[in-house]
Amino acid sequence: MSTLLEVSGVSVSFDGFKAINNLTFQIGDAEMRAVIGPNGAGKTTFMDIITGKTRPDSGSVLWGEKSVSLLSMSESRIAQEGIGRKFQRPTVFEDQSVADNLMLALKKERGPLSVLSFRPSTTDREKVVDLAEQIGLATALYRKSGELSHGQKQWLEIGMLLAQEPRLLLVDEPAAGMTPAEREHTTELLVEAAKTRAVVVVEHDMEFVRRLGCKVTVLHEGSVLAEGSLDHVTSDEKVIEVYLGR
Amino acid sequence: MADIALSSSRRSFVMRYPSVVIFIGVLALFTIGVTILAEGFGIGVISTSFVKTLGKTLCLCLVALAMDLVWGYCGILSLGHMAFFGIGGYAIGMWLMYARTEIIVRESLVAAPLPPTPQEISDGIAGQIFGVVGASEFPPIWAFAHSLPLQLAAVVLVPGLIALVFGWLAFRSRVTGVYLSILTQAMTLALSLYLFQNDSGLRGNNGLSGLQNLPGLSDVPQSTISILFFWASALALGLGYVICAWMVSGKFGSVIRAIRDDEARVRFLGYSVEAYKLFIFSFTAVIAGIAGALYYPQAGIINPAEIAPIASIYLAVWVAIGGRGRLYGAVIGAAFVSLLSTWFTGGKAPDINLGFYTVQWVDWWTILLGLSFVAVTLFAPRGIGGLFDLISERRHPDRHGASLGPDPGALREKEADQ
Repeated sequence: MSTLLEVSGVSVSFDGFKAINNLTFQIGDAEMRAVIGPNGAGKTTFMDIITGKTRPDSGSVLWGEKSVSLLSMSESRIAQEGIGRKFQRPTVFEDQSVADNLMLALKKERGPLSVLSFRPSTTDREKVVDLAEQIGLATALYRKSGELSHGQKQWLEIGMLLAQEPRLLLVDEPAAGMTPAEREHTTELLVEAAKTRAVVVVEHDMEFVRRLGCKVTVLHEGSVLAEGSLDHVTSDEKVIEVYLGR
Repeated sequence: MADIALSSSRRSFVMRYPSVVIFIGVLALFTIGVTILAEGFGIGVISTSFVKTLGKTLCLCLVALAMDLVWGYCGILSLGHMAFFGIGGYAIGMWLMYARTEIIVRESLVAAPLPPTPQEISDGIAGQIFGVVGASEFPPIWAFAHSLPLQLAAVVLVPGLIALVFGWLAFRSRVTGVYLSILTQAMTLALSLYLFQNDSGLRGNNGLSGLQNLPGLSDVPQSTISILFFWASALALGLGYVICAWMVSGKFGSVIRAIRDDEARVRFLGYSVEAYKLFIFSFTAVIAGIAGALYYPQAGIINPAEIAPIASIYLAVWVAIGGRGRLYGAVIGAAFVSLLSTWFTGGKAPDINLGFYTVQWVDWWTILLGLSFVAVTLFAPRGIGGLFDLISERRHPDRHGASLGPDPGALREKEADQ
């Protein structure tokens, strides 16, 4: 398994507060990884750095076989490289239908001129329908996504992420606000996705992390505190101290 | 389920957007009706000056269409599109003035004992045109004024390029929302103040005049010319409508509406938001330039006051009153408000005598317009276009007041469809 993303020695501070402190992180090209940590550990900032929203003060972020640096790329360029992101709060285009949302996300040329002349082929439409079925929204294809429930929006966003066919998925608290049955379905989707691509899940819920059954990275005060299986990290003295405040 | 999904998105463009057919039909009927009633080729019930007013109105509808594309669909509240409109007018006006003055100068030199040299003719034209600002030479900006094709190219290229450079600088720095509006307004003000100067090369506050007289067509009566321009304006509006409707109908429309509501999210999908904004901004600037080039020969005169920021603010008001984010709304708003404005400011509206005070509409019209704008924004955000929703029974979603996206230009609850 080769390394898909390599973050090394990254630091960033906001007005003197070190949100990320000499962070080093690696993930392979078909790997699932859970990132846990208390509030303020730097989980969201970590994702912001990878997706180009925040520029680090120092360190490097290298991507893919050719180890290109992501630091000089724009957000849209990074997304085109194959990094998809799901936000904590579901963000879908509420004024547009489920089908339109999925069609927007579908992996295609992204330039204005090619989009202007784009007309969906039968294959594209079938892909949209398939995705909608996977995320349980097949009967809601032509509903405005603003009408969907919170959980359905979460799924639509996961569906949009899958439509992008990214090589790396960054998922921020995918199970927040979901019923147990919905959580189970989400777990299946993520585990399935991780067979062919890298998936990083940021999550608070230990039970959900356990179900993912993957390697866990614990963040604390902007750097990696521990890494390994869930049982390994939860028996780590430092982790217990941070989480339980002893 | 799959069958429904496939068939409903496979319907043709026209079927999915019946409003395009209705619009073109109404525009065609209107054009035929005016032609029959006008003096040029018809029975002469409508005066030539009113035909010109109607033709100008069609041009304003076209620029409103551009404004709706950039603001209603892409969420960029530009307060500078009337500057592009004015630039288009100046570009065509330069040729009109040059070519007509050239004919006059040549005629006046016919009687001279020696045939005039090109230099004498050029000096003669320059003296005629720039006498009012105390100059007698052509400024460099007039280098192409002798050529109709080059000035027509300028109608498209100058607004397009200015928008491209300005947009590139602004969008690249991620200037959005009210700051972008202020910036576009500053650009407009700067341009208008520059043109007010006598040494700007465009005759300062005199502007360009006599544009209604087409060179070489002095024998053709204005009643005929007015109808020809009316047709050209109707054609431009019809074409503009179809092109805009086609643009917003597909995935491109989906992307720009997504940018309007939540541009950060669009970036993470891999779309370069800046490139899309730049494309829309420049494209609509070109439409505005073309509309201006058709408008000013009908108006007869253009001066820097036409480019002042207030004109662009009016444009936004028209689109808001007509209904933002739907193309026919913009057209209806522009036609309705500008015709009403002509009526009120033309002194035809009867004054209201309140006993202690007489309301004179020439002065009070602006206040009435301002109040209607506030009222529409507060109570009927869908504008006049929203009346059509009563027929088609479209309703807005119940979102407890939340907009449809986090961005300042995002559709508001009451502007959206369920």
